[in-house]
Amino acid sequence: MRRGPSAFNIAAIVLGMGFLYLPIVLLVIYSFNESRLVTVWGGFSTRWYTSLFQNEQLLAAAWVTLRVAFVSATLATILGTLAALGLVRAGRFRGRTLFSSMTYAPLVMPEVILGLSLLLLFVSVGVARGFWTVMIAHTTLTLCYATVVVQARLVSFDEALEEAARDLGAPPWKAFTLVTLPNIAPAVAAAWMLAFTLSLDDLVIASFTSGPGATTLPIRIYSAVRLGVSPEINAISTLLIGLVATGVIAAYLLNMRRRTPGR
Amino acid sequence: MSVTGAPRPRRPWKGLGRPRGQPSSEARAALAPFLWLAVFFLIPFLLVAKLSLSDVVLAIPPYAPQLDWSDGLPGLIAFVRALDFEAYARMGQDGLYLAAYLSSLKFAAIATFILLLVGYPLAYGMAKCRPTVRQALLMAVILPFWTSFLIRVYAWIAILKPAGLLNMALEQIGLPPVDILNTDTAVYIGLVYAYLPFMVLPLYAVLERQEAGLLEAAADLGCTPFQTFWRVTFPLSLPGVAAGALLCFIPMVGEFVIPDLLGGSGTLMLGKTIWTEFFSNRDWPAASAVAIVLLATLVIPILLFQRQQTKMMEQR
Repeated sequence: MRRGPSAFNIAAIVLGMGFLYLPIVLLVIYSFNESRLVTVWGGFSTRWYTSLFQNEQLLAAAWVTLRVAFVSATLATILGTLAALGLVRAGRFRGRTLFSSMTYAPLVMPEVILGLSLLLLFVSVGVARGFWTVMIAHTTLTLCYATVVVQARLVSFDEALEEAARDLGAPPWKAFTLVTLPNIAPAVAAAWMLAFTLSLDDLVIASFTSGPGATTLPIRIYSAVRLGVSPEINAISTLLIGLVATGVIAAYLLNMRRRTPGR
Repeated sequence: MSVTGAPRPRRPWKGLGRPRGQPSSEARAALAPFLWLAVFFLIPFLLVAKLSLSDVVLAIPPYAPQLDWSDGLPGLIAFVRALDFEAYARMGQDGLYLAAYLSSLKFAAIATFILLLVGYPLAYGMAKCRPTVRQALLMAVILPFWTSFLIRVYAWIAILKPAGLLNMALEQIGLPPVDILNTDTAVYIGLVYAYLPFMVLPLYAVLERQEAGLLEAAADLGCTPFQTFWRVTFPLSLPGVAAGALLCFIPMVGEFVIPDLLGGSGTLMLGKTIWTEFFSNRDWPAASAVAIVLLATLVIPILLFQRQQTKMMEQR
């Protein structure tokens, strides 16, 4: 029996990857287009990037988005790690079923419903919508992803190590930070990055929960996109794609190197 | 697929040295996220349920009755009396909601099927590669998942629009132009494109773990490659198929961005309906009622089913 990929396998991979990447590649190429028209190639130019950095609305939105993403990802990672600890190690406790369902539900919940329900909460409490409401909404969404990522690592971590630390007299908190945390650190970092990009990317939930003055980048992009394709959107999209791709690939390479210390 | 990961054996000595009934430190650690989710996930849902029973009034927020805690118990009773199923009744009478519901199911079901047809060969091909190549390909599938959903959908507008890149390419090779943007076809393309990583990853996970020995055995026993695939590989990959389908189907039913940007005015999908009721018509009770119906008839049953399956798998 033949081991390697057959011609059919290779064709499937090439076509699949082409499908996944062609639109993104085209978008990046046309962000360097001199012409305003999408289909006319007017020569190489970085003018749309220059005009991007003069667009104050866009820059303000980008700044809001980065702050929201940073704060919510940090909070979600902390809460998610705690939730994963509870789910993996606490055994049976009262309310566990409710807790685990609440943790996983947002993963499959249509975003529109999540956004709607959070907005109703903010309205009924009478909170003005803005930075903090978007931050809370994003923390709630990304908390679940963070939990799943950390949990996957925690399951394969030998709890006996931490128990040993405790037997040797370390208080639970110390045993956790000295023994378990360094071990699950890659997963915690990955959880943070996932939470950060999800928050960076979210349009639907942010639309429901943000107010004037806290317009995020996806909301800006969305309202621009509704008016049609423009090279400026291509340019900002390219920057975002570049940012995320660099981060993800760097995290991946870092993880690889840690696993093969001999090199 | 179980999102909870593998079940771990409970240690019999766990909890020793701790007073009975005292929660462990891990259970106490889970208190913070528990409270967070209770406040920002559970309570909002109850509010949606409540609002779906309210009436529209022209004010901000546009609904009545509103509960005023200062009135005490009589206030509460009056409040409960004022709740009704009007928003649901309107939903039943207005054929548009039912049409949107059925149309969402249709879009999600067909797109899931296409995703399987596209994703399976890709995942299968990836699993056949050498481990180093596999890692790189896996990375390549995950990467688009990290890049912005909105941007990836936007990229298709430039391709599909009447004077777009697709028609330009068709003209080059002498074919008549097609008008795809703002049609259902564009929505299908967008759905399949955006959710492909979600389908490929679980499929790849099961296919990669499959033992080559099984295939060799089937071949030794006289199976043609196709028979081997159909009778061994495919049945064994069914958990991955189910996981991938589930991971794609539910969010697609409630999808908003794709039908809004790629679909036409005739494209009916529930996510879009909720959005329009909320932002354009300012009919909050109707939006809530649609959300509740979507949850009650679709999301919760599927999640319960999934839970049951996971339990059965763990018992085996």
